[in-house]
Amino acid sequence: MTSGAAPLVELRGITKRFGSLLANDAIDLSVDAGQVLALLGENGAGKSTLTRILYGLSRADAGEIRIAGQPVTMTSPADALAAGIGMVTQEFTLVGPMTVTENLMLAGSPLGRIDRKAARARVLAASQRLGVPVDPDAVVERLSVGERQRVEILKALLGDCRLLVLDEPTAVLVPADVDLLFASIRRLTADGMAVVFISHKLHEVVDLADRIGVLRRGRLVADLPAEGLDPVAIAALMVGAAGPADAELPDDVVDEALATAVGLDGAAPSATAAPVDRARPAALEVSGLTLAGDPRPRLDDVSLTVRAGEIVGVAGVSGNGQTELVAALCGTTPATAGTVHVGGAEVTGLDVAARLKAGLGRLTEDRRGSVVLGMSVEQNLVLEDLDRFRTGPFLSRRRVRAHAEALIERFDIRAAPGDPIRSLSGGNMQKVLLARALERDPTVLVASQPTRGLDVGACQYVYTQLRALRDAGSGVLLVSEDLDELIGIADRIVVLSGGRLVGEVAAADATREALGVLMTGSREYAA
Amino acid sequence: MRFVLRSREPRWLPAAAAGLAIVATLALTAGPIRLAGAAPVSAFERYVVTPLTTGNGIAEVLLAATPLLFTGLAVAIAFRVGYYNIGAEGQFLAGAMATTAVALALPDLPTAAALPLALVGGAFGGVAWAFLPAFLRRRAGIDEVVTTLLLNPVAVLLLQGLLNGPWRNPDTGFPDSATFADGYRLPALFGSRVHAGLLVGLVLVAVTAVVLRATPLGVRLRAAGQSPAAAEFSGVKVGLLQWRSALVSGGLAGLGGASQVLGVQHQLTGSLAAGYGYTGVVVATLGGLSAVGVLAVALLLGDVQVGAQGASIALQLPSQMGGVLTSVLLLTVVAALSVRHYRLVRRSPRAVGG
Repeated sequence: MTSGAAPLVELRGITKRFGSLLANDAIDLSVDAGQVLALLGENGAGKSTLTRILYGLSRADAGEIRIAGQPVTMTSPADALAAGIGMVTQEFTLVGPMTVTENLMLAGSPLGRIDRKAARARVLAASQRLGVPVDPDAVVERLSVGERQRVEILKALLGDCRLLVLDEPTAVLVPADVDLLFASIRRLTADGMAVVFISHKLHEVVDLADRIGVLRRGRLVADLPAEGLDPVAIAALMVGAAGPADAELPDDVVDEALATAVGLDGAAPSATAAPVDRARPAALEVSGLTLAGDPRPRLDDVSLTVRAGEIVGVAGVSGNGQTELVAALCGTTPATAGTVHVGGAEVTGLDVAARLKAGLGRLTEDRRGSVVLGMSVEQNLVLEDLDRFRTGPFLSRRRVRAHAEALIERFDIRAAPGDPIRSLSGGNMQKVLLARALERDPTVLVASQPTRGLDVGACQYVYTQLRALRDAGSGVLLVSEDLDELIGIADRIVVLSGGRLVGEVAAADATREALGVLMTGSREYAA
Repeated sequence: MRFVLRSREPRWLPAAAAGLAIVATLALTAGPIRLAGAAPVSAFERYVVTPLTTGNGIAEVLLAATPLLFTGLAVAIAFRVGYYNIGAEGQFLAGAMATTAVALALPDLPTAAALPLALVGGAFGGVAWAFLPAFLRRRAGIDEVVTTLLLNPVAVLLLQGLLNGPWRNPDTGFPDSATFADGYRLPALFGSRVHAGLLVGLVLVAVTAVVLRATPLGVRLRAAGQSPAAAEFSGVKVGLLQWRSALVSGGLAGLGGASQVLGVQHQLTGSLAAGYGYTGVVVATLGGLSAVGVLAVALLLGDVQVGAQGASIALQLPSQMGGVLTSVLLLTVVAALSVRHYRLVRRSPRAVGG
């Protein structure tokens, strides 16, 4: 850190409370011009809260923000922009049908006549500053996620931006786009801009950051120069000595969690898996699955087999047919052509209830969309199997309660049977869904992004359950955008691009780079 | 000050919200009652308490509540699954017309055959009127709010057309149907005007309450209404449930129409289009879409309706004042029901940067 001159942006004693939860506890943090500060921490550690306060989206209960030594009041993003702070959040705020230039004009538009030419020139100038070409006349909804993110960054740069805040920018990107993003960040910092960068991925952070701040349960537990840091120690700081907040796990699981978080033994879990015997029965057999779409099919002749006792990963950049594949397998969207067999029985034309009966289990990325939020934990636990809990024509409350209590015990769900499910944390809600799916001993489990948004402890819990299911002889189809997750847990990985399967690799041989090439190298993705 | 969504509801909250709504209703209607020249307190007493002080008054309240039981249940069942049937009015009238058709076509049937046939006919009339919107919703995704609502005036016009045409009273020449044969009279209860339709309604309330609360079907209906996508994901056939509930809803409303002509009027008249179906929406909403709630609110509205007639005589208040009272109650209850999901938070003092 520089001595003498005041840092570009300085947070002093920032405290924010949500009810009984202390989201930020007297946080002191500063960033100098030309510096990249990485903020690390589990979900719920307070990273997003802190950046929201910095960008004026939320107000601290106590503490102050100083810019170049001067205290400032931040009551809205407009104040933050005026103070030279720009932010790109995880949710993009672009108007799809408009062009890049039009979107950027919306952001900073003063009243009066619109000068399209000047706006276009400003877009070109800003994209030059970023070092990545952006077509100012491209319509946003036709851009890839990486390109949209660049537009968001341009939007933040348009004002007199001196500090750029990026909230998990790499979560949605393919490896090639991550490289471009990092090149852009380096270019911007070379120009004297400061960047605050939130990430879960330690190896990225080691590459990019000058300094690393680690948050845990609202407190800043480390603020270190990035150079020469020990990733294992950082990971230990992230999850804390007492273990992850959401689950009290045995030590070996925590060790594994730490190792996975730092990417040291990402491939180790699969090494324990027995090589899959081709003679084993197919748990899930998909043949020629096609879902028509305009202008091209959303799923195009997808064929794959998941054998009993194996985990097959599906890799792909978001929006390349994963959602459609899962919906077609679950029966919520009827396929145009092709067949699906579960455990040898055809389920192609069947509805959801019949597929469940045939042995299909589901775990989707949309947790809150998989439960009825207005109902209790126990009602959600039995919703798929109501008829099993009937006494005569009536639902037996006693048996429902007993069943729920047993599952809560077995899956370590932190809730009472009668609690409204809406009040559960993401990790706990996922446990409810896992319990509901696994309790039926599914022949095959289709799991889509089962760890998205979960903290390290809850992720490990999900992995442990998926592995246990595989070892018990079920098949698992794991759809994920997290390559480390796929390489770490799957036995084989297939790659979906533009609605087609474009490749398959054994997890033991898979590398991020190889998968990345498959994910982006098809005809579809030409940025 | 700002509103923040509650994560959990304390137990006392619904009761407190209802109490608040009643207090607000009394406060809001006191002004108009005063303007109409009566003392609010004695007026409220007339509306709510007086009808319950005499045996005859109670009978009149039960009589007024009877059709509301049917239409309230009809709306509640449909709303529960997320099928917004605003057409109970038309289905009620269609049921009454179907019952009349049976009664006029087969005047000589004995009671034991005539009443069941006429009631079933009425239910089918309601189902028939509910069929088209439900079919369009299921097959083509056409919004049922619009179609069910717009079929209501069609039913009124059909009623008037029939009464002015083929069913015009042959004896008087008035636009009322002929009086039904004696076999088509629902028996009176307690020697008053209250008729067996009330019993039918109470049985339906009990059956509905049990189905909604204690059966797998009830849980599925609730899930389908609250989160259709999540319910579908869990294997609940939301579209099918909505389709069936729509038809059951129409049948219940039609049965209400049958009960009214068989129990009260003993003929079909134009006065039957008195908004029972629309009031059913009020009953269902105020009753929280539960069967017991429908029963309670139907009795309350019956009470106020009878009280309003008394108040118009005793206090010279316009009889519409009863409608004002129930309408204000609807608004305050709906407001209280939505506000109870939030809590009021004093904005925290500006801390950042002073």
